[in-house]
Parts: sequence; C-alpha cells; structure tokens
Amino acid sequence: MFHVEHSGPMSTATPATSLAGLARRRLIRNRPAFAALLTLVAVALACLLGPFMTGHTPERIYPDLVRTAPGFEAHPRPETVRPAIDRLAFRMRLTVEDFSERDGIVRLALTASQRIDERSLSYLPRSDLFGPPTILERSEDGRRLVVEARVQKLHFLLGTDVLGRDLLTRCLVAGRISLLIGLTATLAALLVGVTYGAVSGMLGGAVDALMMRVVDILYALPFVFFVIVLLVFFRAGLWLVLVAVAAVEWLDMARIVRTQTMSLKSRDFVRAAQALGLTTPAILARHIVPNTLGPIVVAATLLVPRVILLESFLSFLGLGVQEPATSWGVLIAEGSRALESAPWMLAAPAGLLVVSLVSLNLLGDGLADALDPRLSEPR
Amino acid sequence: MIAYALRRLLQAIPTLFVVVTLSFFLIRLAPGGPFDLERPLPPAAMENLKRLYGLDQPLIVQYGRYLLSLAKGDLGPSFSFRDLTVNDLFARGLPVSATLGSLALALALLLGLGFGTLAAFRRGRMADRLVGIGASLGLAVPTFVTAPLLQIVFGLSLAWLPVGGWDGGNPRNLVLPVITLALPQIAAIARLTRSALNEVLTQPHIRTLRAMGLPPWRVALQALRGALLPVLSTLGPVAAALLTGSVIVETIFGLPGIGRYFVDGALNRDYTLVMGTVVLVAVMVVAFNLVADLLAAVLDPRLRLGA
Repeated sequence: MFHVEHSGPMSTATPATSLAGLARRRLIRNRPAFAALLTLVAVALACLLGPFMTGHTPERIYPDLVRTAPGFEAHPRPETVRPAIDRLAFRMRLTVEDFSERDGIVRLALTASQRIDERSLSYLPRSDLFGPPTILERSEDGRRLVVEARVQKLHFLLGTDVLGRDLLTRCLVAGRISLLIGLTATLAALLVGVTYGAVSGMLGGAVDALMMRVVDILYALPFVFFVIVLLVFFRAGLWLVLVAVAAVEWLDMARIVRTQTMSLKSRDFVRAAQALGLTTPAILARHIVPNTLGPIVVAATLLVPRVILLESFLSFLGLGVQEPATSWGVLIAEGSRALESAPWMLAAPAGLLVVSLVSLNLLGDGLADALDPRLSEPR
Repeated sequence: MIAYALRRLLQAIPTLFVVVTLSFFLIRLAPGGPFDLERPLPPAAMENLKRLYGLDQPLIVQYGRYLLSLAKGDLGPSFSFRDLTVNDLFARGLPVSATLGSLALALALLLGLGFGTLAAFRRGRMADRLVGIGASLGLAVPTFVTAPLLQIVFGLSLAWLPVGGWDGGNPRNLVLPVITLALPQIAAIARLTRSALNEVLTQPHIRTLRAMGLPPWRVALQALRGALLPVLSTLGPVAAALLTGSVIVETIFGLPGIGRYFVDGALNRDYTLVMGTVVLVAVMVVAFNLVADLLAAVLDPRLRLGA
C-alpha cells in the first residue's frame, strides 16, 4: 500500500521486513483501527450499492406513509388497512358493503347510489397502499362492484421522513455525496499541499521563507468565513464547496511535507541522485515525495473526517449541498427540524455520520501508530 | 520578553491587512448588492441610497475610506439593520457570545486537561480507553446534533433547563449552550493532553523525578508543564472561534450573539456587517495566537531566546 523507495543498500538486504509490510501487519493487529477499516468499507459499500437494494428511490414520496417509524414490519400494517380502505372509499364516494382480507389481498364490495365510474378505482393504486385492482363482479345496474386488490408490502427499515420518503435510501444516497466530497476535497488538498510543501522544502532559502510566510498569513485568515462568502455571494454548487473546502485544508499538509522534505534532502540517496545529474523535479517525484507518503497518508486520513464535518456544517446552514441532491448534513438539518415528531430522522443520518467519522479518526490514529518507527514491537 | 511580544505584534499587522483587503474585494466582486429587493427600487432612489452610503464612489476610493474609518475603530453603518452601526450591533451581541465562549473555554480546559492527564497516567487501562472512546465521539458528533439532543433530553423530557433564549444572561439559560460549545473542545484538548503527556512521561527528567521519590501528583504537575505547550499552540484559534460566537449554537438556542451576523449579513449583502465580522474574528485570532505564544514563552524559555 505504501511503497517506499529505497535507493540505498536497503533494497538488496535479505528478508528485512519492508516498512509497508510492517505497517500493514501492525495495522491489522491494532484491533480498533482494523475494525474501523472494516466499518468504513461496509459503509462505503452500503452507500454505493445499498440504494439499489432498498426497493425505493430516494425521491419517491409515499404521501400515505409519512413519518413511518423505523422497523422490520411491512407497511401498511394490518390494522391500518381497513381505515385506509374507508378513507379511500370516502374519496371515491363509494360505500364499503363488504370487506375481507386474506393472504395480503383485500376483497371489497363497493356500492353507490348511482352508476360507478370505474376510473375512480385508480384511487386504490395511487395511495401507495394497494396494488392495481381487478374487478371480479359487476352488477347489472353498475351500482355494485366486487373488487380485489393486493395490499402492498413496503419496508422502511429506518422509517420515512416528513414527506414520506424512505429514510434508509436517502441516508445511503446522502452518504455517497458526503464521502465523495470528503475524498475529493482531501485529494485536492493533498495535491496542492504536497506540491507546495515539497517545493518549498526542497528549494529552501528565500523562496522557502516567502512561501511559508504566505502559509502563515493564510493560517490566520478566518477561512470558514471565506468559504461562506464564496457560497453565498457566488451562489455556489457542490463543486465550489469542494474547491472551497480543499482551499482551507491544504495548509497543514504543506507544513508536514515541508518538514519531511527538509530532513530528507540532506540524506545520502538524495545527494547521490543530485550527483548523478537528476533534475530537481525528478528528485522530488522519485525520491522525496514517495518517502513522505507515511505522514501524508496519516494526515489525509484525518483530513477526510474534518472535510465531511465541514461540509455537513455548511449544508446544515443551507449553504452546502442543495436539493434535490442530499448529504448527511442536509438530512441532519431536516431531522433536527422534525425532532419531536420523528426523532429517527435525526438519529439515522447522525448515526451514520458519527460512525464514519469515528472510524476515520480511529483508522488515522492506527495508521500513525503503525507507521511510527519508534514504536517497535516484538514481531 | 517584551521585545518578543512587540515583534509578534508587528508580524500581525500584515496579516490583518491581507485579511481586510482580501475580504473587501472578494465581497464587492460578488454579484448583487445590499439594496436589491424583490421589486427593484426606482433608479433615482437607488442613486440616493448609494450616495448616502458612499457606494457611488470608485471601489478603490471606498476601500481607502474603509481603511481610514477602520483605523479609527469605526466599522461603518449596517446596511440591513437600519439606523444601527456595526459597532452598535457588536456592542449588543459580543457580550452574549463572549460570555458563552469564555465559560465554554474554561469548561473545556478544566475537563480536557483533567481527562487527558487521567488517561496518560492510567495508560492502557480502563480509564484510558474510556477517555479515548469519549474523545473520539466528542470529536465526531457535530454541535448541530448535540444541541437538539440536549434540548430534547434536558429541556423537554426532564424539563430541568430552558430549551433556549437568553433571558438577560440567566445562568440556567447558559448551561446547555455552554455544554454544546465545550464538548468537542473537551475531546480535542483531552486527546492532545494525553498524547503530549505520554511523550513527556518517557523523558529522562520525569524518570529522575520519579526516582527521587516525588509524590505522583507533583510529578504530574511537572509533566503537565511540558505537555501544555502543544495544547496551548492549538488554543489560539479555538479561543477566538468560541468567543466570537457560533452560528449553529446561537441559532439553535435562540441567543442574541454575534455568531449569526456573518451568515445573515452575507445573505443580505450587508457589506459592512460581513467586513466587520471578518475583521473582528481576524483580530481575535491574531490576539489569541499572540497570547498563546506569550504563555508558551513563559512556559518554555527556549522559545523566548531562540528564533
């Protein structure tokens, strides 16, 4: 995973364990970190594939099943079928003369004072609760119909929201956006930060001093404010959020890489490369950056949760991801508005967010420990 | 020491200048203006309004005027709160935000340092693990989740404390917002203290103290002195952020602080209010970083002499 280049005599040494191999083994032995890694993979897979398997699309609205509590049972629940039929019959202006239900199919005898318009039966499937009706009997005068319709079996594991949308599907789809933003913004921060830090550390002298002075000034800027200004004043969308977040977060990375570079550039293998006539960019790409990968990976892992948190903060304020797209921050905002009537609307996205963030932090800490050469432990 | 402080103070001036300049032009470059309404004003009225606020001048003149008044400590009139200057708004809101923020900071320091020290001295044991789990959770649960949860539990279910409102600074109204603000900081400080202490505790001078038979609490005090440095260095921005108010906490608990002004100001294109908030936060960040650095220099003589 973290392939570290050794141009020195190390590469010809006998079965010495590589740093990468050692780190991997340490990481697997670190129970919390490994569990966190598995959790993250599970969350990512669920977000990626889950929405296809829940049986609902994130935008589908079930007006009759608003604020359904989470659970495993099928909806509509048995005791709500009769009241639902009565309600629908009232709308169709029909009287329910006979009602029976067996094996998930309702059989209705409907009457009216005048000829029944059969088109009105479309109220049944339109209610989300019943399938399309089949007419079994029609009286001569058309004032009595016997109809059968399937009772739907809808599952909402995490319940539905205030509009009647499946919360599980929405949480997973939102997770895609949150994770995507976390990863992309981190990657952007990584690219800028690593390049900036490596160049600054490698060149040294006045250039380095100037470049680091810029970083110092940027550090003191109230950056979240600039992000908000960008978002509000320029009517930003998702991608600008990404850029804005990355712009805030590359500073730490630059500092870390610079320190590493400075200590690396006086080492023998870099001197050797210089003596062989390699250009500075080539030395940076081939010898410096690969050797700073350890701390970079750690910093990046810890950056992802911070970006996700920042994104959800902005989305909570209504400045980040915009409808119809959704993210965990958006869902949490919706949930906290409906907290009293539908507490699961806050619990579900907040739970997913917290689990992901805790896992990322644990993984980052684990990686830091695994890559720390000072913590040598018995093999 | 004084020379060190002065040097740091001088370094802060270009930073503040960059902040002011950047935000001034960024805001003005954005489309839309403070007097854009659903139904546009008649051109003549618009002209008058703009002349009244000096918006008819070239941008560079406006910038110069702003810098001049800023140097006098005048942040200008607010565009969206009629008849009020930005200074008025801050004079009303800052005490609220600063009260909440300083209480939260004190709580965070007390509990964060306490838990961190506990964890470091009980390394690998139950207490250490519990602090670790608590800290990871504290860092991961956003304030906009904790706030409504606290409201539901302590405000509605148990009905011990008011759900929101300021009520003239009634202590009962402060409890929940302060806890909400402090929780993530407690977690962050505890984590930092723990790792810094673990580092310090392996150093020779601590081993010597232990060998000399000093009681554990005196060893702890001695070790904390070294471990405080990394904590201090992160505290500057944290303190500034806490004291200048949190949009989230002030919105959810309905508090009349200044945290909300920035987002509201940005949405209303209230140039002076947005600028005022940026300047205030930047000054606070610089000031608290300075305080943190000076405190660090007190703790560690090497910082005063070197660099």
